[in-house]
Amino acid sequence: MSIRERLSGNEAVATAMKQINPDVVAAFPITPSTEIPQYFSTFVANGSVDTEFVAVESEHSAMSACIGAQAAGARAMTATSANGLSLMWEMIYIASSLRLPIVLNLVNRAVSGPLNIHNDHSDAMGVRDSGWIMLFSENNQEAYDNTLMAHRIAENKDVQLPLMVCQDGFITSHAIENIELEEDSEVKNFVGEYKPEHYLLNRKEPIAVGPLDLQGYLFEHKAQQAEAMKKAKQVILDVAKDFEKWTGRHYGLFEEYKLDDSEIAIVCMNSTAGTAKFVVDKLREKGVKAGLLKIRVYRPFPGEEVAEALKNQKAIAVLDKSDSLNAIGGALFEDVVSSMYVNEENVPMCNYIYGIGGRDTTAEDIESVYEDLQKIAKTGKVEDPYRYLGLRREAK
Amino acid sequence: MNNLIEIRWHGRGGQGAKTASLLLADAAFNTGKYIQGFPEYGPERMGAPITAYNRISDKPITIHTNIYEPDYVVVVDDTLLECVDVTSGLKETGAIVINTTKDAEYLKQHLKGYKGEVYTIDAKKVSMETLGKYFPNTPMLAAIVKVSNIMEEKDFIADMEGSFKHKFAKKPEVIEGNMKAIELALKEVKKI
Repeated sequence: MSIRERLSGNEAVATAMKQINPDVVAAFPITPSTEIPQYFSTFVANGSVDTEFVAVESEHSAMSACIGAQAAGARAMTATSANGLSLMWEMIYIASSLRLPIVLNLVNRAVSGPLNIHNDHSDAMGVRDSGWIMLFSENNQEAYDNTLMAHRIAENKDVQLPLMVCQDGFITSHAIENIELEEDSEVKNFVGEYKPEHYLLNRKEPIAVGPLDLQGYLFEHKAQQAEAMKKAKQVILDVAKDFEKWTGRHYGLFEEYKLDDSEIAIVCMNSTAGTAKFVVDKLREKGVKAGLLKIRVYRPFPGEEVAEALKNQKAIAVLDKSDSLNAIGGALFEDVVSSMYVNEENVPMCNYIYGIGGRDTTAEDIESVYEDLQKIAKTGKVEDPYRYLGLRREAK
Repeated sequence: MNNLIEIRWHGRGGQGAKTASLLLADAAFNTGKYIQGFPEYGPERMGAPITAYNRISDKPITIHTNIYEPDYVVVVDDTLLECVDVTSGLKETGAIVINTTKDAEYLKQHLKGYKGEVYTIDAKKVSMETLGKYFPNTPMLAAIVKVSNIMEEKDFIADMEGSFKHKFAKKPEVIEGNMKAIELALKEVKKI
């Protein structure tokens, strides 16, 4: 039986971590994820978990400590945002290449500079090619649920990759909303124990972790990482199925909202999807056939499935909360465009960079995108595919 | 009540507007509603204008934006009337609740022709009488509950007692004063 509660996104994640009771948490505070290790350290202090909490002196050390712990055979977790993730950068790649299923909660925030503490996805997009599984969360409930599913996915023997759960800084991390929590004992049963096949503290099998790997085999090891990432897709679905059996809450690789009969669709991630649902409902009342595809699993990117889900649209807008500054379009846009192209689906598409540095994205903003899509659907032409949404007019 | 009620709080850093919005979310949650309570974080510091928001609904809330056309506005500090457009987007079917001792003429001047209902309360008086210190957020919380009618007064009082016992577990001596502040504020809020 689920427990009706109200928690912020950060409280939800800290609660999930408490219920998971990992062996090690190593973290360094940074806005807006600070509350996660803050709440967790109180759980450690009052004895509600028996985790070894390592109050490190930097995020580089936080990820290094997680790597050491996980390689030793422990289950390790951390949380960070923006520049904290930037400082972890070197170790982020080492965690994934050592195939260590560390779980990180990333509370998305703009990477400086100039200094900005508010939400966008530039931190997550910076590590999109680092070999981490990346799950995005619309609200506190999804951040909680994704965290509960994280270890089962990451630790699966076909996967063995680190995983990050993303949610929008402040917008969901600091907003109190309703949530359904699960019982501690049931979480414990669902997550299960971590039983690594190979680990440093196994006296019967001395191993080396992370030695030199040159022309002879690095390529093969990278190909194995890529293979694990491909296999992760099915594992994510299998775990979601078990999760649904347990909680009744359904998760896929993405969420289709009124997409089965829609003619125009938005693709986006995290909290903006909630606002888009609100707008879709409003437009449906007016007879506009609007739909939404919300990406949950960004890495591995479900290209084939996305193309299949979007193939019947007359026009598609992809919303990127991070600008790739590459004169062609945002990262999510490029992923969706290439997925459509290689699967031979030809639908007019455009890209909107939006919400940078915490710029509020209003229902009217989203509505204006659907208005643009209606025009594109009529003509079938996109003249300027790389656009901005909510930019101050005078700055254009 | 309407299915979705949107409330915007204007206060100054340190006055507890954010806490009040979270307490309101709590109280509405306890009556079975779907709720959102969130502050708009700026370069926050003592005394700077801050904004916080509430959404309260019978149905799940998916929208994640600031509130531009609120049903209700709460002004925790009347000096904000001179520098913040507090009635911006406020629905005329709604109301504004202001912590002030200023007269109707002054308020009329500063509310930019707002045609909806205007309520005032002297939260300083309520707070000083019941708590002996100036904490405007508890009286303002009671005032908005009364004005917006989002729940029965007796349910609200019962719920707040529970919340304060939890919130002030380490400072039980302030619980009684806060409860008195709520009860007095419910009486003191007046329509002008």
